[in-house]
Amino acid sequence: MSFVEVRNIAKSYGDRPIISNVNLDVDQGAFISVVGASGCGKSTFLRLLLAQEQPTGGTIRLAGGEPAKEPGLDRGIVFQRYSVFPHMTVRDNIVAGESFNQSWLGKFFGTQLKEARDRAQEVLDRIGLGHMSTAYPAALSGGMQQRLAIAQALQDKPKLLLLDEPFGALDPGTKLSMHDFLEDLRTETGMTVFMVTHDLEEAFKLGDRVLVFDKPSWDVPDPDMVPATITYDFDARDNGIPYQTIRDETNLFHYD
Amino acid sequence: MRLINRKPGRVLSLALLVVPFLAVLAAYTIASDIRLADNPQDKLLPAPSSIVDTATRLVTTPDKRSEKILFWRDTAISLQRLALGVGIAALIGMVFGMLIGLFPYARAIFAGFVNVISMVPPLAILPILFIVFGLGEQSKVALIAIGITPFLIRDLGQRVLEIPTEMMVKAQTLGATSFVIALRVALPQLLPRLLQSIRLSLGPSWLFLIASEAIAAEGGLGYRIFLVRRYLAMDIILTYVVWITILAFLIDYGLKKLGEKAFPWFGKDGL
Repeated sequence: MSFVEVRNIAKSYGDRPIISNVNLDVDQGAFISVVGASGCGKSTFLRLLLAQEQPTGGTIRLAGGEPAKEPGLDRGIVFQRYSVFPHMTVRDNIVAGESFNQSWLGKFFGTQLKEARDRAQEVLDRIGLGHMSTAYPAALSGGMQQRLAIAQALQDKPKLLLLDEPFGALDPGTKLSMHDFLEDLRTETGMTVFMVTHDLEEAFKLGDRVLVFDKPSWDVPDPDMVPATITYDFDARDNGIPYQTIRDETNLFHYD
Repeated sequence: MRLINRKPGRVLSLALLVVPFLAVLAAYTIASDIRLADNPQDKLLPAPSSIVDTATRLVTTPDKRSEKILFWRDTAISLQRLALGVGIAALIGMVFGMLIGLFPYARAIFAGFVNVISMVPPLAILPILFIVFGLGEQSKVALIAIGITPFLIRDLGQRVLEIPTEMMVKAQTLGATSFVIALRVALPQLLPRLLQSIRLSLGPSWLFLIASEAIAAEGGLGYRIFLVRRYLAMDIILTYVVWITILAFLIDYGLKKLGEKAFPWFGKDGL
Protein backbone atom coordinates (compact mmCIF):
# COMPACT_ATOMS: atom_id res chain seq x y z
CA MET A 1 0.00 0.00 0.00
CA SER A 2 1.31 3.42 -0.88
CA PHE A 3 1.84 6.19 1.68
CA VAL A 4 -0.51 8.66 0.04
CA GLU A 5 -3.36 7.02 -1.81
CA VAL A 6 -5.63 9.17 -3.97
CA ARG A 7 -8.57 7.37 -5.54
CA ASN A 8 -10.95 8.86 -8.11
CA ILE A 9 -10.97 12.28 -6.54
CA ALA A 10 -13.47 14.76 -7.95
CA LYS A 11 -14.33 18.22 -6.69
CA SER A 12 -16.86 20.69 -7.97
CA TYR A 13 -18.19 23.99 -6.68
CA GLY A 14 -21.90 24.06 -7.38
CA ASP A 15 -22.31 22.72 -10.91
CA ARG A 16 -18.82 23.82 -11.92
CA PRO A 17 -16.39 20.88 -11.89
CA ILE A 18 -12.81 21.75 -10.89
CA ILE A 19 -11.00 18.41 -10.94
CA SER A 20 -12.10 14.87 -11.56
CA ASN A 21 -10.67 11.41 -12.01
CA VAL A 22 -7.51 12.14 -10.04
CA ASN A 23 -5.63 8.99 -9.04
CA LEU A 24 -2.24 8.96 -7.41
CA ASP A 25 0.07 6.79 -5.36
CA VAL A 26 2.98 8.39 -3.57
CA ASP A 27 5.78 6.64 -1.66
CA GLN A 28 6.87 7.77 1.76
CA GLY A 29 9.62 10.36 1.58
CA ALA A 30 8.80 11.49 -1.96
CA PHE A 31 8.80 15.12 -3.01
CA ILE A 32 5.94 15.83 -5.37
CA SER A 33 5.79 19.06 -7.34
CA VAL A 34 2.41 20.11 -8.67
CA VAL A 35 2.30 22.52 -11.59
CA GLY A 36 -0.34 23.74 -13.99
CA ALA A 37 -2.01 26.84 -15.35
CA SER A 38 -4.12 29.03 -13.07
CA GLY A 39 -7.59 27.62 -12.52
CA CYS A 40 -6.56 24.04 -13.17
CA GLY A 41 -7.21 22.82 -9.67
CA LYS A 42 -3.70 22.61 -8.21
CA SER A 43 -4.60 24.52 -5.10
CA THR A 44 -7.96 22.77 -4.86
CA PHE A 45 -6.11 19.47 -4.91
CA LEU A 46 -3.82 20.69 -2.15
CA ARG A 47 -6.78 21.78 -0.03
CA LEU A 48 -8.26 18.30 -0.50
CA LEU A 49 -4.98 16.72 0.57
CA LEU A 50 -5.03 19.00 3.60
CA ALA A 51 -8.66 18.06 4.29
CA GLN A 52 -9.49 21.77 4.44
CA GLU A 53 -12.18 20.85 1.91
CA GLN A 54 -13.96 17.57 1.26
CA PRO A 55 -13.97 15.98 -2.19
CA THR A 56 -17.25 15.64 -4.07
CA GLY A 57 -16.22 12.06 -4.77
CA GLY A 58 -13.34 9.68 -4.10
CA THR A 59 -11.01 9.20 -1.15
CA ILE A 60 -7.60 10.33 0.01
CA ARG A 61 -5.84 8.10 2.51
CA LEU A 62 -2.67 8.93 4.34
CA ALA A 63 -0.59 5.99 5.61
CA GLY A 64 -3.59 3.72 5.24
CA GLY A 65 -5.75 5.73 7.63
CA GLU A 66 -9.35 6.82 7.24
CA PRO A 67 -9.98 9.84 4.99
CA ALA A 68 -9.56 12.98 7.13
CA LYS A 69 -12.54 15.26 7.77
CA GLU A 70 -10.63 18.36 8.82
CA PRO A 71 -7.03 19.59 8.98
CA GLY A 72 -4.98 18.05 11.77
CA LEU A 73 -1.57 17.26 13.16
CA ASP A 74 -0.63 14.71 10.49
CA ARG A 75 -0.67 17.29 7.68
CA GLY A 76 1.52 20.38 7.85
CA ILE A 77 0.91 23.40 5.64
CA VAL A 78 2.80 26.46 4.48
CA PHE A 79 0.92 29.02 2.42
CA GLN A 80 2.33 31.80 0.31
CA ARG A 81 1.19 34.34 2.91
CA TYR A 82 -0.32 34.47 6.40
CA SER A 83 1.30 31.22 7.46
CA VAL A 84 2.64 32.50 10.76
CA PHE A 85 0.79 34.28 13.55
CA PRO A 86 1.50 38.03 13.41
CA HIS A 87 0.63 38.61 17.08
CA MET A 88 3.23 36.17 18.42
CA THR A 89 6.95 36.70 18.49
CA VAL A 90 9.07 34.59 16.17
CA ARG A 91 10.00 32.29 19.04
CA ASP A 92 6.43 31.93 20.30
CA ASN A 93 5.34 31.01 16.78
CA ILE A 94 7.59 27.96 17.11
CA VAL A 95 6.37 27.29 20.66
CA ALA A 96 2.79 27.36 19.33
CA GLY A 97 3.63 24.17 17.42
CA GLU A 98 3.80 22.44 20.80
CA SER A 99 1.50 24.46 23.03
CA PHE A 100 -1.49 24.49 20.64
CA ASN A 101 -1.93 20.74 20.99
CA GLN A 102 -0.41 20.03 24.39
CA SER A 103 -2.20 22.56 26.60
CA TRP A 104 -5.96 22.99 26.77
CA LEU A 105 -5.40 26.75 26.91
CA GLY A 106 -3.01 26.54 23.97
CA LYS A 107 -0.42 28.24 26.15
CA PHE A 108 2.48 27.14 28.34
CA PHE A 109 3.36 28.70 31.68
CA GLY A 110 6.33 28.66 34.05
CA THR A 111 9.05 26.09 33.53
CA GLN A 112 7.13 24.37 30.75
CA LEU A 113 7.11 27.66 28.84
CA LYS A 114 10.76 28.27 29.54
CA GLU A 115 11.77 24.82 28.33
CA ALA A 116 9.63 25.11 25.21
CA ARG A 117 11.18 28.50 24.49
CA ASP A 118 14.66 27.07 24.91
CA ARG A 119 13.83 24.32 22.44
CA ALA A 120 12.34 26.90 20.06
CA GLN A 121 15.50 28.97 20.34
CA GLU A 122 17.54 25.95 19.24
CA VAL A 123 15.27 25.48 16.23
CA LEU A 124 15.61 29.16 15.34
CA ASP A 125 19.39 29.09 15.75
CA ARG A 126 19.51 26.15 13.38
CA ILE A 127 17.50 27.91 10.67
CA GLY A 128 19.36 31.19 11.06
CA LEU A 129 16.60 33.13 12.80
CA GLY A 130 18.08 32.97 16.30
CA HIS A 131 18.82 36.68 16.39
CA MET A 132 15.19 37.53 15.58
CA SER A 133 13.54 35.34 18.20
CA THR A 134 11.83 38.14 20.13
CA ALA A 135 10.81 40.17 17.08
CA TYR A 136 7.36 39.99 15.52
CA PRO A 137 7.04 38.29 12.12
CA ALA A 138 6.26 41.65 10.47
CA ALA A 139 9.91 42.59 11.09
CA LEU A 140 11.13 39.58 9.08
CA SER A 141 11.88 39.57 5.36
CA GLY A 142 9.67 37.43 3.11
CA GLY A 143 12.23 34.62 3.00
CA MET A 144 12.68 34.64 6.77
CA GLN A 145 8.91 34.51 7.28
CA GLN A 146 8.65 31.46 5.05
CA ARG A 147 11.55 29.77 6.81
CA LEU A 148 9.74 30.39 10.08
CA ALA A 149 6.48 29.07 8.61
CA ILE A 150 8.18 25.87 7.46
CA ALA A 151 9.93 25.37 10.79
CA GLN A 152 6.63 25.95 12.59
CA ALA A 153 4.83 23.44 10.38
CA LEU A 154 7.53 20.85 11.09
CA GLN A 155 7.29 21.28 14.87
CA ASP A 156 4.65 18.57 15.08
CA LYS A 157 6.46 16.22 12.69
CA PRO A 158 3.58 15.91 10.21
CA LYS A 159 3.39 12.81 8.04
CA LEU A 160 2.86 15.04 5.07
CA LEU A 161 4.10 18.59 4.42
CA LEU A 162 2.03 20.65 1.99
CA LEU A 163 3.45 23.79 0.43
CA ASP A 164 1.13 26.14 -1.48
CA GLU A 165 3.35 28.32 -3.67
CA PRO A 166 5.61 28.86 -0.67
CA PHE A 167 8.27 30.83 -2.54
CA GLY A 168 5.98 32.58 -5.01
CA ALA A 169 6.43 36.01 -3.46
CA LEU A 170 10.21 35.82 -2.95
CA ASP A 171 12.94 37.34 -5.08
CA PRO A 172 15.10 34.93 -7.13
CA GLY A 173 18.13 34.99 -4.80
CA THR A 174 16.08 34.34 -1.69
CA LYS A 175 14.25 31.62 -3.56
CA LEU A 176 17.49 29.76 -4.26
CA SER A 177 18.56 29.86 -0.63
CA MET A 178 15.08 28.64 0.36
CA HIS A 179 15.55 25.70 -2.00
CA ASP A 180 18.77 24.76 -0.19
CA PHE A 181 17.01 25.19 3.14
CA LEU A 182 14.17 22.91 2.08
CA GLU A 183 16.49 20.26 0.62
CA ASP A 184 18.55 20.20 3.80
CA LEU A 185 15.40 19.74 5.88
CA ARG A 186 14.31 16.93 3.62
CA THR A 187 17.59 15.12 3.93
CA GLU A 188 17.32 15.55 7.68
CA THR A 189 13.71 14.43 8.16
CA GLY A 190 12.90 12.28 5.12
CA MET A 191 9.43 13.81 5.06
CA THR A 192 6.89 13.46 2.29
CA VAL A 193 6.20 16.77 0.55
CA PHE A 194 3.64 18.14 -1.89
CA MET A 195 4.51 21.53 -3.35
CA VAL A 196 2.27 23.57 -5.62
CA THR A 197 4.28 26.03 -7.67
CA HIS A 198 4.13 28.17 -10.79
CA ASP A 199 7.87 27.92 -11.27
CA LEU A 200 8.68 24.97 -13.56
CA GLU A 201 12.38 25.15 -12.85
CA GLU A 202 11.74 24.98 -9.13
CA ALA A 203 9.31 22.10 -9.64
CA PHE A 204 11.87 19.96 -11.48
CA LYS A 205 14.79 20.98 -9.29
CA LEU A 206 13.16 20.05 -5.99
CA GLY A 207 10.68 17.36 -6.97
CA ASP A 208 11.11 13.63 -7.41
CA ARG A 209 7.96 13.72 -9.49
CA VAL A 210 6.29 16.59 -11.25
CA LEU A 211 2.52 16.35 -11.67
CA VAL A 212 0.88 18.54 -14.28
CA PHE A 213 -2.74 19.53 -13.74
CA ASP A 214 -4.54 20.49 -16.91
CA LYS A 215 -7.88 20.15 -18.63
CA PRO A 216 -7.86 17.18 -21.02
CA SER A 217 -9.64 19.32 -23.58
CA TRP A 218 -9.70 23.07 -24.13
CA ASP A 219 -11.31 22.87 -27.54
CA VAL A 220 -14.89 22.91 -26.33
CA PRO A 221 -17.56 25.62 -26.22
CA ASP A 222 -17.14 26.14 -22.49
CA PRO A 223 -13.76 25.02 -21.06
CA ASP A 224 -14.99 26.08 -17.60
CA MET A 225 -17.21 23.00 -17.57
CA VAL A 226 -14.30 20.64 -18.25
CA PRO A 227 -12.69 19.44 -15.03
CA ALA A 228 -8.90 19.27 -14.81
CA THR A 229 -6.93 16.17 -13.96
CA ILE A 230 -3.33 14.97 -13.83
CA THR A 231 -2.24 15.00 -17.48
CA TYR A 232 1.49 14.32 -16.99
CA ASP A 233 3.46 12.62 -14.26
CA PHE A 234 7.17 13.28 -14.84
CA ASP A 235 10.01 11.49 -13.14
CA ALA A 236 12.24 14.29 -11.92
CA ARG A 237 14.72 12.43 -9.72
CA ASP A 238 18.43 12.95 -10.21
CA ASN A 239 18.12 16.69 -9.69
CA GLY A 240 15.65 17.19 -12.44
CA ILE A 241 17.98 15.83 -15.10
CA PRO A 242 17.20 15.30 -18.08
CA TYR A 243 15.37 18.63 -17.91
CA GLN A 244 18.45 20.54 -16.80
CA THR A 245 20.93 18.92 -19.17
CA ILE A 246 18.75 19.82 -22.07
CA ARG A 247 18.89 23.39 -20.89
CA ASP A 248 22.66 23.32 -20.41
CA GLU A 249 23.23 21.90 -23.85
CA THR A 250 21.21 24.58 -25.51
CA ASN A 251 23.42 27.16 -23.79
CA LEU A 252 20.48 29.39 -23.16
CA PHE A 253 20.86 29.37 -19.45
CA HIS A 254 23.65 28.49 -17.08
CA TYR A 255 22.65 27.40 -13.70
CA ASP A 256 25.34 27.51 -11.01
CA MET B 1 3.79 72.00 -10.80
CA ARG B 2 0.41 70.43 -10.28
CA LEU B 3 -1.44 71.25 -7.11
CA ILE B 4 -1.76 67.55 -6.25
CA ASN B 5 2.03 67.28 -6.14
CA ARG B 6 2.68 70.28 -3.91
CA LYS B 7 3.21 69.37 -0.27
CA PRO B 8 3.60 71.70 2.71
CA GLY B 9 6.73 71.28 4.84
CA ARG B 10 6.70 70.35 8.53
CA VAL B 11 6.53 73.85 9.91
CA LEU B 12 4.00 75.03 7.35
CA SER B 13 1.87 71.94 8.05
CA LEU B 14 1.72 72.83 11.73
CA ALA B 15 0.89 76.43 10.91
CA LEU B 16 -1.85 75.36 8.52
CA LEU B 17 -3.26 73.03 11.16
CA VAL B 18 -3.88 75.98 13.47
CA VAL B 19 -5.47 78.20 10.80
CA PRO B 20 -9.07 76.92 10.92
CA PHE B 21 -9.09 77.02 14.74
CA LEU B 22 -7.88 80.62 14.73
CA ALA B 23 -10.38 81.48 12.00
CA VAL B 24 -13.30 80.19 14.06
CA LEU B 25 -12.03 82.00 17.15
CA ALA B 26 -11.59 85.22 15.18
CA ALA B 27 -15.04 84.96 13.62
CA TYR B 28 -16.56 84.39 17.06
CA THR B 29 -14.65 87.31 18.61
CA ILE B 30 -15.72 89.69 15.86
CA ALA B 31 -19.36 88.60 16.02
CA SER B 32 -19.29 88.87 19.80
CA ASP B 33 -17.75 92.36 19.63
CA ILE B 34 -20.40 93.54 17.21
CA ARG B 35 -23.25 92.25 19.38
CA LEU B 36 -21.74 93.57 22.62
CA ALA B 37 -21.13 96.98 21.09
CA ASP B 38 -24.80 97.03 20.18
CA ASN B 39 -26.00 95.75 23.54
CA PRO B 40 -23.54 95.28 26.45
CA GLN B 41 -26.09 92.99 28.18
CA ASP B 42 -26.13 90.54 25.27
CA LYS B 43 -25.99 86.93 26.52
CA LEU B 44 -25.91 85.12 23.20
CA LEU B 45 -22.25 85.61 22.28
CA PRO B 46 -20.30 86.45 25.45
CA ALA B 47 -16.81 87.87 24.95
CA PRO B 48 -13.99 85.31 24.95
CA SER B 49 -12.51 87.00 28.01
CA SER B 50 -15.72 86.53 30.00
CA ILE B 51 -15.89 82.89 28.92
CA VAL B 52 -12.36 82.39 30.26
CA ASP B 53 -13.42 84.09 33.54
CA THR B 54 -16.45 81.81 33.79
CA ALA B 55 -14.35 78.75 32.98
CA THR B 56 -11.82 79.66 35.68
CA ARG B 57 -14.61 80.12 38.18
CA LEU B 58 -16.24 76.82 37.17
CA VAL B 59 -13.14 74.71 37.61
CA THR B 60 -12.01 76.28 40.91
CA THR B 61 -15.03 77.45 42.92
CA PRO B 62 -16.94 74.90 45.02
CA ASP B 63 -20.71 74.92 45.01
CA LYS B 64 -22.07 76.70 48.08
CA ARG B 65 -24.49 74.02 49.12
CA SER B 66 -22.65 70.80 48.31
CA GLU B 67 -19.16 72.29 48.78
CA LYS B 68 -18.05 70.33 45.74
CA ILE B 69 -16.74 71.78 42.50
CA LEU B 70 -19.65 70.94 40.25
CA PHE B 71 -17.54 71.00 37.08
CA TRP B 72 -15.35 68.13 38.23
CA ARG B 73 -18.27 66.29 39.78
CA ASP B 74 -20.16 66.49 36.48
CA THR B 75 -17.08 65.28 34.65
CA ALA B 76 -16.59 62.31 36.97
CA ILE B 77 -20.24 61.30 36.78
CA SER B 78 -20.35 61.48 33.00
CA LEU B 79 -17.06 59.68 32.49
CA GLN B 80 -18.19 56.90 34.79
CA ARG B 81 -21.42 56.45 32.82
CA LEU B 82 -19.50 56.50 29.57
CA ALA B 83 -16.89 53.99 30.77
CA LEU B 84 -19.52 51.60 32.13
CA GLY B 85 -21.69 51.80 29.02
CA VAL B 86 -18.82 51.39 26.59
CA GLY B 87 -17.19 48.71 28.74
CA ILE B 88 -20.32 46.58 28.94
CA ALA B 89 -20.93 46.99 25.22
CA ALA B 90 -17.32 46.06 24.43
CA LEU B 91 -17.55 42.91 26.52
CA ILE B 92 -20.81 41.78 24.91
CA GLY B 93 -19.52 42.78 21.49
CA MET B 94 -16.37 40.73 21.97
CA VAL B 95 -18.15 37.59 23.08
CA PHE B 96 -20.81 37.64 20.38
CA GLY B 97 -18.43 38.92 17.73
CA MET B 98 -16.15 35.94 18.41
CA LEU B 99 -19.07 33.51 18.40
CA ILE B 100 -20.46 34.88 15.14
CA GLY B 101 -17.07 35.13 13.48
CA LEU B 102 -15.78 31.71 14.48
CA PHE B 103 -18.70 29.32 14.62
CA PRO B 104 -21.03 28.84 11.63
CA TYR B 105 -23.81 27.63 13.93
CA ALA B 106 -23.60 30.73 16.12
CA ARG B 107 -23.52 32.83 12.96
CA ALA B 108 -26.67 31.12 11.69
CA ILE B 109 -28.45 31.84 14.97
CA PHE B 110 -27.30 35.36 15.85
CA ALA B 111 -26.15 37.20 12.73
CA GLY B 112 -29.60 37.88 11.29
CA PHE B 113 -31.03 38.76 14.67
CA VAL B 114 -28.27 41.26 15.44
CA ASN B 115 -28.68 42.84 12.00
CA VAL B 116 -32.36 43.44 12.69
CA ILE B 117 -31.82 44.63 16.27
CA SER B 118 -29.19 47.11 15.12
CA MET B 119 -31.88 48.90 13.12
CA VAL B 120 -33.82 49.86 16.27
CA PRO B 121 -33.11 53.55 16.97
CA PRO B 122 -31.72 53.51 20.54
CA LEU B 123 -33.16 56.91 21.45
CA ALA B 124 -36.62 55.65 20.57
CA ILE B 125 -36.41 53.08 23.36
CA LEU B 126 -35.03 55.56 25.91
CA PRO B 127 -38.48 55.96 27.52
CA ILE B 128 -38.63 52.18 27.92
CA LEU B 129 -35.24 52.26 29.63
CA PHE B 130 -36.41 54.98 31.99
CA ILE B 131 -39.48 52.91 32.80
CA VAL B 132 -37.56 49.68 33.29
CA PHE B 133 -34.38 50.96 34.94
CA GLY B 134 -35.71 54.09 36.58
CA LEU B 135 -34.17 57.52 36.29
CA GLY B 136 -30.87 56.55 37.98
CA GLU B 137 -27.52 55.52 36.61
CA GLN B 138 -28.70 52.24 35.11
CA SER B 139 -30.87 53.77 32.41
CA LYS B 140 -28.04 56.01 31.15
CA VAL B 141 -25.47 53.25 31.13
CA ALA B 142 -28.02 50.97 29.47
CA LEU B 143 -28.74 53.49 26.71
CA ILE B 144 -25.06 53.77 25.83
CA ALA B 145 -24.58 50.01 25.95
CA ILE B 146 -27.72 49.27 23.94
CA GLY B 147 -26.86 52.03 21.52
CA ILE B 148 -23.46 50.74 20.48
CA THR B 149 -23.56 47.00 21.21
CA PRO B 150 -25.23 45.95 17.93
CA PHE B 151 -22.65 47.94 15.97
CA LEU B 152 -19.80 46.40 17.97
CA ILE B 153 -21.12 42.85 17.52
CA ARG B 154 -21.50 43.28 13.78
CA ASP B 155 -18.17 45.02 13.38
CA LEU B 156 -16.19 42.58 15.53
CA GLY B 157 -17.89 39.55 13.97
CA GLN B 158 -16.79 40.89 10.60
CA ARG B 159 -13.25 41.51 11.91
CA VAL B 160 -13.00 37.89 13.07
CA LEU B 161 -14.21 36.70 9.67
CA GLU B 162 -11.49 38.83 8.07
CA ILE B 163 -8.72 36.93 9.84
CA PRO B 164 -7.08 35.09 6.93
CA THR B 165 -8.34 31.50 6.53
CA GLU B 166 -4.69 30.50 6.17
CA MET B 167 -4.09 31.25 9.85
CA MET B 168 -7.15 29.32 10.97
CA VAL B 169 -6.06 26.33 8.90
CA LYS B 170 -2.48 26.60 10.11
CA ALA B 171 -3.67 26.55 13.72
CA GLN B 172 -5.68 23.40 12.99
CA THR B 173 -2.63 21.68 11.51
CA LEU B 174 -0.82 22.50 14.75
CA GLY B 175 -3.50 20.54 16.56
CA ALA B 176 -5.45 23.44 18.07
CA THR B 177 -9.01 22.84 19.28
CA SER B 178 -11.77 25.36 18.51
CA PHE B 179 -11.26 26.76 21.98
CA VAL B 180 -7.51 27.20 21.52
CA ILE B 181 -8.09 28.85 18.15
CA ALA B 182 -10.57 31.25 19.74
CA LEU B 183 -8.27 32.02 22.65
CA ARG B 184 -4.88 32.12 20.97
CA VAL B 185 -5.54 33.08 17.35
CA ALA B 186 -8.83 34.98 17.12
CA LEU B 187 -8.92 36.83 20.45
CA PRO B 188 -5.41 38.37 20.33
CA GLN B 189 -6.03 39.51 16.77
CA LEU B 190 -9.43 40.90 17.70
CA LEU B 191 -8.22 43.06 20.62
CA PRO B 192 -6.52 45.81 18.56
CA ARG B 193 -9.53 45.82 16.25
CA LEU B 194 -11.77 46.16 19.30
CA LEU B 195 -9.92 49.36 20.22
CA GLN B 196 -10.54 50.68 16.72
CA SER B 197 -14.23 49.82 16.91
CA ILE B 198 -14.52 51.47 20.33
CA ARG B 199 -12.92 54.60 18.96
CA LEU B 200 -15.47 54.63 16.15
CA SER B 201 -18.37 54.16 18.56
CA LEU B 202 -17.29 56.89 20.99
CA GLY B 203 -19.12 59.53 18.95
CA PRO B 204 -22.50 57.78 19.30
CA SER B 205 -21.66 56.99 22.95
CA TRP B 206 -21.30 60.69 23.79
CA LEU B 207 -24.50 61.39 21.91
CA PHE B 208 -26.44 58.82 23.94
CA LEU B 209 -24.83 59.97 27.18
CA ILE B 210 -25.74 63.62 26.72
CA ALA B 211 -29.19 62.80 25.42
CA SER B 212 -30.02 60.70 28.46
CA GLU B 213 -28.52 63.23 30.86
CA ALA B 214 -30.46 66.05 29.21
CA ILE B 215 -33.75 64.28 29.77
CA ALA B 216 -33.40 63.06 33.34
CA ALA B 217 -30.37 63.27 35.61
CA GLU B 218 -29.05 64.88 38.75
CA GLY B 219 -25.59 65.59 37.47
CA GLY B 220 -23.30 65.15 34.52
CA LEU B 221 -21.95 67.26 31.71
CA GLY B 222 -25.07 66.97 29.56
CA TYR B 223 -27.31 67.62 32.55
CA ARG B 224 -25.46 70.87 33.35
CA ILE B 225 -25.62 72.14 29.78
CA PHE B 226 -29.35 71.62 29.57
CA LEU B 227 -29.87 73.04 33.07
CA VAL B 228 -28.11 76.36 32.45
CA ARG B 229 -29.74 76.66 29.03
CA ARG B 230 -32.78 78.02 30.96
CA TYR B 231 -30.71 81.02 32.02
CA LEU B 232 -29.19 81.49 28.57
CA ALA B 233 -25.78 80.97 30.23
CA MET B 234 -23.85 80.71 27.01
CA ASP B 235 -20.52 81.15 28.80
CA ILE B 236 -21.13 77.99 30.86
CA ILE B 237 -22.53 76.05 27.93
CA LEU B 238 -19.55 76.93 25.74
CA THR B 239 -17.10 76.01 28.49
CA TYR B 240 -18.74 72.61 28.86
CA VAL B 241 -18.90 72.05 25.11
CA VAL B 242 -15.20 72.81 24.72
CA TRP B 243 -14.43 70.56 27.69
CA ILE B 244 -16.46 67.67 26.25
CA THR B 245 -14.66 68.11 22.95
CA ILE B 246 -11.29 68.02 24.70
CA LEU B 247 -12.31 64.93 26.69
CA ALA B 248 -13.53 63.13 23.58
CA PHE B 249 -10.33 64.00 21.76
CA LEU B 250 -8.12 62.86 24.65
CA ILE B 251 -9.98 59.56 25.03
CA ASP B 252 -9.68 58.88 21.32
CA TYR B 253 -6.00 59.79 21.32
CA GLY B 254 -5.38 57.71 24.45
CA LEU B 255 -7.03 54.64 22.92
CA LYS B 256 -4.97 55.10 19.78
CA LYS B 257 -1.73 55.30 21.77
CA LEU B 258 -2.79 52.37 23.94
CA GLY B 259 -3.32 50.30 20.81
CA GLU B 260 0.09 51.18 19.41
CA LYS B 261 1.75 50.39 22.70
CA ALA B 262 -0.10 47.18 23.55
CA PHE B 263 -0.16 45.70 20.02
CA PRO B 264 3.12 46.68 18.36
CA TRP B 265 2.65 43.96 15.75
CA PHE B 266 -0.66 45.37 14.57
CA GLY B 267 -1.02 47.59 11.52
CA LYS B 268 2.16 46.41 9.89
CA ASP B 269 1.97 44.11 6.92
CA GLY B 270 -1.75 44.84 6.62
CA LEU B 271 -2.70 42.69 9.58
